[in-house]
Amino acid sequence: MFLVLLRRELRLSLRHGSDTLAAVLFFVLAAALFPLAIGPAPETLGRLAPGIVYVCALLAALLPLDRLFGADLEDGSLDHLLLSGLPAALVALAKAAAHWLTTGLPLLLSAAPIATMLRINDDAMPVLLLGLLPATLLLSLFGTVGAAVVLGARRGGVLLPLLVLPLTTPVLIFGVGAADAASGGLAWHPHLLLLTALLAAALPLCPLAAGAALRSAAE
Amino acid sequence: MLEADGLAAFRGERLVFSGLSFRVAGGGALLLTGPNGSGKSTLLRLIAGLVRAEAGRLVWQGQDALADLSEHAARVAYLGHLDAVKPGLTVAENLGVWGRRGAIAGALAAVGLTPLADLPAKMLSAGQRRRLALARLALRPAPVWLLDEPTLGLDAASVERFGVMLAAHRATGGVVLAATHLPLPLPDAAELALV
Repeated sequence: MFLVLLRRELRLSLRHGSDTLAAVLFFVLAAALFPLAIGPAPETLGRLAPGIVYVCALLAALLPLDRLFGADLEDGSLDHLLLSGLPAALVALAKAAAHWLTTGLPLLLSAAPIATMLRINDDAMPVLLLGLLPATLLLSLFGTVGAAVVLGARRGGVLLPLLVLPLTTPVLIFGVGAADAASGGLAWHPHLLLLTALLAAALPLCPLAAGAALRSAAE
Repeated sequence: MLEADGLAAFRGERLVFSGLSFRVAGGGALLLTGPNGSGKSTLLRLIAGLVRAEAGRLVWQGQDALADLSEHAARVAYLGHLDAVKPGLTVAENLGVWGRRGAIAGALAAVGLTPLADLPAKMLSAGQRRRLALARLALRPAPVWLLDEPTLGLDAASVERFGVMLAAHRATGGVVLAATHLPLPLPDAAELALV
């Protein structure tokens, strides 16, 4: 049933492919603004590149979140999802997985050309991409919680970033920390280990929180 | 047998009903009537397990029905006043999530939508969307059907086909609870008036 649900989400987002495309294009465009704003000097840009990639990916991942459950709430599908026999937490996990596959993964794949465009240090590149794997997963999990909590609230779309962005600060700190450490020739493993520890904690907790929020939104 | 004893529910801050008791035997039907806002939809959502009961018990075959919500979800088929149809998917794909492939053709035939199976759901009229929502009931065997204004927007022929579905469901011992302002094809149904 979990896989059936996941396949439904993927098929739906395939039919509305513009959502994924919009997130990736936003990512590329926002990152492309930085060389224009702070000048094309390679040393400055390369120094800032990991931070720019992370912040832009974070903002791009927020874009499709308000439709994650919003469409299902409006057309009544949410009731049927909750009555599908899956616990609400697993429904939320399926949604988070779908968000990662349709937004997180495309962002991860487009991060490499963007980082190259920003003249990132050659040593930092593999660590940046490696760190983005747990980071995008975390963004999907935190984002799912945020989307479920603001569900049904007036102006939920505005509330959502206010709720999710503070949660993602550790992702930003450790992700960028790892890439900076690598470009400085320092040990980058501890940062990534902390990032994966966060993921290990968020993987069971976020779906539970999102599931509880979904149940109360359906009431 | 579905039995309710002293159910009460809140909608926001307002107590919509309290001390509600009824009993529906296997193969039986219960019509919920009452003015707008009397809590018919809330009662159906409560029985589905979507709204929490503030007081009282719901008993299915002698057991507390709402103790395990995942297990309870397999027992009920819920039809809300929204159709839950995704315009981007085809008619058949809309049912794909909720039932096995083999069941879909039969469910579409039951509501007379077979010729439209491969059409995108955004092309459907309001009545056809309602029929697609009705088809979902026939997808999997759930003993309790909870129907919120099931025939809204349906033509006479579709109501007649729906009557056949309801009769078949009740013949296998299924229970039907329906909230409605329109006459439904439910012979010898009991009536519960909410105030």
